[in-house]
Amino acid sequence: MENLLEIKNLHVSVEGKEILKGIDLEVKKGEIHAIMGPNGSGKSTLALVLAGDPRFEVTKGSILFDGKNLLEMKPEDRAREGVFLSFQYPVEIPGVSMVNFMRAAVNEHRKYKGEEPISASDFLKLMRDKREMLGMDSQLVNRSVNEGFSGGEKKKNEIFQMAMLNPKLAILDETDSGLDIDALRIVASGVNKLHTDDNAVIVITHYQRLLDYIKPDVVHVLYDGRIIKTAGPELALELEEKGYESLINTANTK
Amino acid sequence: MIEQQYIDLFETYREEIDKNATPGLNNERDAAFESFKKLGFPTSEPEDYKHSDISRAFDTELGLNLRNIPIPVNPYDAFKCDVPNLNTHVFFLINDRYYDKPRSNPSLPEGVFAGSLQTFSEKYPRVFNAYYNKIADYSNNGVAAYNTMFAQDGFVVYVPENTVVEKPLQLINILRGGVDLNVNRRILLIVGKNARVKLLVCDHTVDDVHFVVTQVIEIAAEENAQIDLYELEENSEKATRISLLYCNQQERSKVTAAGITLHNGYTRNDYRFKLLGEYAETHVGGLAISDKKQHTDNFAFLDHAVPHCTSNELFKYVLQEKSTGVFCGRILVEKGAQKSRAYQSNHNLCVSDDAHMYAKPQLEIYADDVKCSHGLTTGQLDVDALFYLRARGIPEEEARMLLMVAFTKDVVDMVRIDILRERLEYLIDKRFRGDLLRCGNCNVCK
Repeated sequence: MENLLEIKNLHVSVEGKEILKGIDLEVKKGEIHAIMGPNGSGKSTLALVLAGDPRFEVTKGSILFDGKNLLEMKPEDRAREGVFLSFQYPVEIPGVSMVNFMRAAVNEHRKYKGEEPISASDFLKLMRDKREMLGMDSQLVNRSVNEGFSGGEKKKNEIFQMAMLNPKLAILDETDSGLDIDALRIVASGVNKLHTDDNAVIVITHYQRLLDYIKPDVVHVLYDGRIIKTAGPELALELEEKGYESLINTANTK
Repeated sequence: MIEQQYIDLFETYREEIDKNATPGLNNERDAAFESFKKLGFPTSEPEDYKHSDISRAFDTELGLNLRNIPIPVNPYDAFKCDVPNLNTHVFFLINDRYYDKPRSNPSLPEGVFAGSLQTFSEKYPRVFNAYYNKIADYSNNGVAAYNTMFAQDGFVVYVPENTVVEKPLQLINILRGGVDLNVNRRILLIVGKNARVKLLVCDHTVDDVHFVVTQVIEIAAEENAQIDLYELEENSEKATRISLLYCNQQERSKVTAAGITLHNGYTRNDYRFKLLGEYAETHVGGLAISDKKQHTDNFAFLDHAVPHCTSNELFKYVLQEKSTGVFCGRILVEKGAQKSRAYQSNHNLCVSDDAHMYAKPQLEIYADDVKCSHGLTTGQLDVDALFYLRARGIPEEEARMLLMVAFTKDVVDMVRIDILRERLEYLIDKRFRGDLLRCGNCNVCK
């Protein structure tokens, strides 16, 4: 299978402080990767850099997405090429209704592909299908984006948006945090339904729990801005049992 | 002295002014003239006018149509306001004159008068004399004095007690002229005990000359009356609008007033409310969207004179390019006005580096058992929200637009006419996209 994402020697700084110190990562179509690692190791930075957050400065390295230079693209173009970030902290936007937000996003994706705007009835049907898939309250989509949503509702809303936009690469940044067991199961099954041989998922998490539902092909451990270990799904189980300490010690003595 | 030419003009043309008005209107001129000679136009000297020097607008050659020379315009053709969806009773003022050829006689409830101030002063002299210039205070304000000196006509709504006007009324103010013109407009709104009315006032400029408009709105909300007044300004950049709204509220009356400055030149709006009867309630809002060198100054004064009244203020500004916004919100809770509740919010977006916002909350509280609050923010678009929208594929320009429109939403939500609210949302969106027809058509109705 060809590489969907190819990150080479990626160095990233924010306000002069280097956070990512040479990341190499390849993700193929059809794969699910998990990225784990202690707090402050750079996991969320990697996710935000992939989505194009302008606060971060890429000082070295390259990212190819579907053969194209991702770093040259604006955030909106990355999204329309098929990169989707499920935010760790979804933003509340009072005054922008979910309906208008999603209609704008869906139509921008279609425009980018040279398609006509979606019809009102198709759009409503799409909204309803995806909402039902995630067991979301119909009231939520009538409200302003994330405004007054509980932590769990915000995370569900991220996966709802993912379902609406059907990305090639979904990056889930701690989507499990703030979810109870039932919500976790629904969200995970939503992600699994959307996952095909043509797209890929990167799951950033602290816990094995989510990986019981979304089964990764590859697990990476990120520490101090570098990937210090890559292995199969058994690595996550091992970490759950032993913690990061021995891995980190090994990495530090290298 | 800028005032001298207007003092001379008034003395020279006094007879003409009177001849083209009615005794009711003429009676007030002498006292107003004395006031004006003392006060003059406000400069930026007094604190309340610090950022808006009104006198400068008059420091030019302006014509006044004191002889009431007819201005050829058929507003029905010009505005096509014969409009299905807003479903209002429509009235026009051409400059400061009532347009006296209504297409059809609006079927208003019995006893309700809506029309010319001149006609009203003759038909209902007792009511007229009880209210005209009794709510506005020209002994304190040079613009109010000036307006009273020259006012010859205007628009009145009189709703007698226990009468409800279901269908909203709409007044369309049209500015027309071949030369730079001074227009002095009056609006009088008298709503009796238990009566209700909703009025929408739209300002439009037709001709490309300078207009300097003074406007005095007097509102009497009698016991348990309910009044909604929405103003929408869509004037040209060459227009100066100096509006003074004075409202006296009696017991349990409820007044909602919102001013939307969608397109303008130089604007100063005063909202002066006196809560004179217990349990009276005021909701006053303002929204300014500006760019180029537009200037919008909203001044709100809420006077809680008696206990148990509530006031709510929400003013918002979206300032682009080199535009300026000014807000001063003064709340006075008088001694003994216990259990007053007064809330004020003012939030401003300075979208460009060159936009300026001057904001000042002013709370004076002389009672000890009250709830008062004010919140004020001035900033730029939320970068996190902007990135979030872009990360879903919405281009930056579009994302900015969405956020600016969203910012205006809670002011628009104050409007209690559904179809007007929807129309405003549409117009605001158009405004931000730069494709608002700023004149030539009535955007509300079309």
